[in-house]
Amino acid sequence: MNQSGAVVQLKGITKRFPGLVANDSINFELKKGEIHALLGENGAGKSTLMNILFGLYQPDEGEIWINGQKTVIDGASKAIDLGIGMVHQHFKLVQPFTVAENIVLGNEPKKGMTVDYKLANQKVKSISERYGLKVDPQMRIQDITVGMQQRVEILKTLYRGAEIVIFDEPTAVLTVQEIEELLTIIRNLAAEGKSIIIITHKLKEVMALSDTVTVIRRGKVISTVKTSETNERQLAELMVGRDVNFKVEKTKRQAGEVVLSVDNLRMKGDQSKMALDGTSFQVRAGEIFGIAGVDGNGQSELIYAITGMRKVQSGKVTLGGRDLTNATPRSVSTAGVGHIPEDRHKHGLVLDFSLSENMILNTYFKPEYGKSGFIDYKAMDELADKLVKEYDVRTSGIHTHARALSGGNQQKAIIAREINKDPDLIIAVQPTRGLDIGAIEFVHKRLVDARNEGKAVLLVSFELDELYALSDRIAVMYEGKLVGEVDADERNDEQLGLLMAGNTGSADNGGRE
Amino acid sequence: MDTLKKIFNTSLIVPVVSILLGLIIGAIAMFAGGYNPLVAYQSLFERVIGSPYHMGETIRAITPLIFTGLAVAFAFRTGLFNIGVEGQFIMGMTGATLVGVLLDLPWYIHGPLAIVVGALFGGLWAGLVGYLKAKRGVNEVISSIMLNWTALYLANYIVAKFLLEPGQQKSKPVHESALMSIDWLVELMDKARMHWGTFVAIACVVIFYILLWRTKQGYELRAVGHNPDAALYAGMNVNSTIVKSMFFSGIFAGLGGVFEVLGVFGNQTIMAASPGYGFDGIAVALLGGNTPIGVLLGAILFGGLSYGSGGMSFGAGVPSEIVRIVIGSVIFFVAAHGIVKFIIKPFMAKKKKEAA
Amino acid sequence: MKKSLSFMLMLVVAISLVLSACGQDKNNGNANTNTGGSTNEGTKVESDGTGKDFKIGMATDVGGVNDKSFNQSAWEALKYITASTGAETKFLESKGEADMEPNLNNFVKEGYDLTWGIGFLFTDAIKKVAEENPEAKLAVIDAEVAAPNVTSVTFAEHEGSYLVGVVAGLMTESDKIGFVGGMEIPVITRFEKGFAAGVAAVNPDAKVTVTYSGAFDKPDQGKSIAATMYDDGVDIIFHASGGTGNGVFNEATERKKNGAKVWVIGVDKDQSLEFGDEVTLTSMMKGVEAAVTKVSKDLIDGKWEGGKTQVLGLKDNAVGLPETSTKNVPADVLAKVEEYKNKIISGEITVPTE
Repeated sequence: MNQSGAVVQLKGITKRFPGLVANDSINFELKKGEIHALLGENGAGKSTLMNILFGLYQPDEGEIWINGQKTVIDGASKAIDLGIGMVHQHFKLVQPFTVAENIVLGNEPKKGMTVDYKLANQKVKSISERYGLKVDPQMRIQDITVGMQQRVEILKTLYRGAEIVIFDEPTAVLTVQEIEELLTIIRNLAAEGKSIIIITHKLKEVMALSDTVTVIRRGKVISTVKTSETNERQLAELMVGRDVNFKVEKTKRQAGEVVLSVDNLRMKGDQSKMALDGTSFQVRAGEIFGIAGVDGNGQSELIYAITGMRKVQSGKVTLGGRDLTNATPRSVSTAGVGHIPEDRHKHGLVLDFSLSENMILNTYFKPEYGKSGFIDYKAMDELADKLVKEYDVRTSGIHTHARALSGGNQQKAIIAREINKDPDLIIAVQPTRGLDIGAIEFVHKRLVDARNEGKAVLLVSFELDELYALSDRIAVMYEGKLVGEVDADERNDEQLGLLMAGNTGSADNGGRE
Repeated sequence: MDTLKKIFNTSLIVPVVSILLGLIIGAIAMFAGGYNPLVAYQSLFERVIGSPYHMGETIRAITPLIFTGLAVAFAFRTGLFNIGVEGQFIMGMTGATLVGVLLDLPWYIHGPLAIVVGALFGGLWAGLVGYLKAKRGVNEVISSIMLNWTALYLANYIVAKFLLEPGQQKSKPVHESALMSIDWLVELMDKARMHWGTFVAIACVVIFYILLWRTKQGYELRAVGHNPDAALYAGMNVNSTIVKSMFFSGIFAGLGGVFEVLGVFGNQTIMAASPGYGFDGIAVALLGGNTPIGVLLGAILFGGLSYGSGGMSFGAGVPSEIVRIVIGSVIFFVAAHGIVKFIIKPFMAKKKKEAA
Repeated sequence: MKKSLSFMLMLVVAISLVLSACGQDKNNGNANTNTGGSTNEGTKVESDGTGKDFKIGMATDVGGVNDKSFNQSAWEALKYITASTGAETKFLESKGEADMEPNLNNFVKEGYDLTWGIGFLFTDAIKKVAEENPEAKLAVIDAEVAAPNVTSVTFAEHEGSYLVGVVAGLMTESDKIGFVGGMEIPVITRFEKGFAAGVAAVNPDAKVTVTYSGAFDKPDQGKSIAATMYDDGVDIIFHASGGTGNGVFNEATERKKNGAKVWVIGVDKDQSLEFGDEVTLTSMMKGVEAAVTKVSKDLIDGKWEGGKTQVLGLKDNAVGLPETSTKNVPADVLAKVEEYKNKIISGEITVPTE
């Protein structure tokens, strides 16, 4: 331990990738027992910096000092030896193995030539009790929740003797309750003397949890401040580099003609239950129609039904008077529907295609992108260049694989593509999931712009803030149908909460059945 | 042009080191067996490039591997593992033999027709696998393996029933008008069996690239291969794309078979076992990282080694078992380039430092 | 790109240079080569040195040189030639049909004095290589190639089959006899017709059931065919079906263990050595080794004649029963066999081939 009490010191770290400087002479210091938030937008260089600390990347310039010693960390195993643990955003667990097996993997207690499972279970149990991380060592990873899996990841680092624990966007995949529990766990760890770095772009968590904040923007450290001496607004400004509008400017306006009409849709679910059980509603030109609800009440199936990705058993979908019931996804798309899908990795993008190729994902067949069966790469690249500029997609180039883009930029690319199709109806499902403030502000603005231009927008979201900020009307979906509609101008979380829980009695029968 | 660059950008140092490592391990095996590896390798190179005849025959041995390698790689690009290239190859042979033996046409129709029919036989045979997968969800690995056997026995039946040369275990000879040998080149290469198939194979390497990376059809095929969910979202017909992909893959495989008949043998025998080019094609595609240029290079390596291995037996008396160890270790290191990269990493880093 | 390519080429050149430089003065003990100087274990033949200036090569078919069948027999013959005359002999294995032609050419272009192609699959390749290289001498087993520089060796399988037919006809107790063929091709039909004729000659009441399995490499089919025949009351099966016949032997062995009285007559070589005396009544041997030895020796002795087909039969001792037959075949039956053998050689009996 050196005099300053710093366990980690990064001095002048620079990391270059082709076409971009991810880290530009970054200085960073972590003190023992503190919770240090690393705040920045997606793509700011937070993860790169932490991957350097964890030995996954080598810096081009700069020095790493651990416990006052200058070190070279040339691999994750070296980092682990130095007492550094990392809880990744995407878990690295073996699905069919048990919790205990995953935790001891690579460092198993041995009994002769075989693994001593009994001892492993005991060890796991004792660590989990010590830090208040409740898990059942015998469960298989594939059978436990995402929150539990994250605990396993944390336990893995502790089992390997980590004194410094890095969390990479730990709350991105968690539910509200799980987030609360995680914050408690992190506080416990700090109280036990562990030093914590948490990578995040969520201001609320930073304020609630951390002792110190380092803000990174475009690869540079903007500022390091004590959390107690700052506030959300100031942090947001530091992070984005300008004043941030938390509230979307939206003027009241009259809705126009009915664009989308959904009438009594019924669709079989995965089990015997009906996923859609008589869903009906209309969306008009120039309005944002929000659908609230707890995940798994038929929202995804509803969107699949409208976009033609799954067949319905009965009911009717019409767009501008045209019957689109059980039409193919292509005819729905060409009829004038833009779709920002719920899962951008699964549906929205082909991650191994270039950004440019992704920009024509659902328009490639049109003659403007090539005649006589060949793709006009020039036209494609021109489109991509245009959209990247217009929508501020940060990328090292339009020929970069979509996989290499940060989540926010991937989402921007999808939105650019869908809005550029000039559709009559825009369907946006969870459009800001996992995005940072700057990107959220951008997406919200684009959706409101589209509405102001007279397009119909169907918004499905699980976040009440988002629904209230954007929607003109909000309906609640429960067990495959819309159970009620609430006033979007007057926020009433209690009423909405009851509807979402399926309690229609107290709602004043304002639902559109 | 970015994709073209991608095809070339794999550093050549890794494959070269891989081949060298394989040869070294092979040398150790030969040395342990009491054979002189240096004489053996000398004989290997002599057999491959030592005389016009051997050079020609090496090319002849490489040609079918280009076709089958492309076939495997093509399906792989669409996310399908076409293990049935062997059967499609045999169907291609059979189609070409049927046309070549039964019809009597002027050369400018006969040859092309035999090629087209053989290619279609291969394509449809593979398309069947694609259809079963798309419509019935049958795993393509299982159905294509089973169709390999079906193809073998069907081909034998067709030859025995309709094409048999009396008193022989093979078909009647294909008519001169359908043969694909290149006579002047045969003379030039000292009677090695040179045929147009080699040029068609190289053309197919280019077609492979154009089809996948330049056309809308190829865009669909690749999209489905990388992410079928996104392809569905984008309005592509995933099922028909799967069938098309298998069809194209089968055409490559079928062409390989076509030219074995029209270019090399001039007839088709009743086969006790399948010729094995399809399975070698899997290795070739793997070696080539499923890129067209890679497949070409992989076929050259694989075909060159397996033809040249005869030289090792001839020149240095290495028994075929040990020859297989040598070939196997070369293929292993080329395929497992991750290991090689790991081995040469320290050297590369050193070099970089010195340069800096 | 260009740089690395030239680097690779340079490496290749460098390697080949190193290899050839080092390789020059190294002595090699070749496994697939027999030279007059090297000792051949197990053969106590004195070399007379007559073949010192001769090089004889053979290309195997896809079975390879250790196939326990005719490829191996042929190689045994060449080993004997080396031991007895000092000629240099060598083999190359064909991994597929496409390899056959280059393998033959490899010998021809290296100036070998005689090149063997073992098996009927070589028909086309031998013909082509012979025509392209009129000065080269070639020989082929089991096939007929009409070219002035090729010696074809075929066997009168029907004659030998006739003799095992005699054995079967005399020894059957149920008067039901089976024949299992591989593919229905002329060489195998010769086995069948000769066999049936032999049975009919000594036991007109016996019935011969004939089944072709359609393959030479399907023991499972051989087993089920044999089971059907034995169930049907057949007590002796003659097989001419290569590997398929292994299944016939298997089935017979199982039944023998359960006390049934069944027999198999083997083919090509003395199969009692592999499958045991309990089930192997006798075998119809084909003298590949003798044939290869004879033709190769003719070459060395200056008696080589191209353009001819040598049909080797009983008179050449190239087909017939092995000596081990005495174990299971009674002396009176063997005497009968000897009697018919003489009749065939003398021409008194002409064995049908189809």
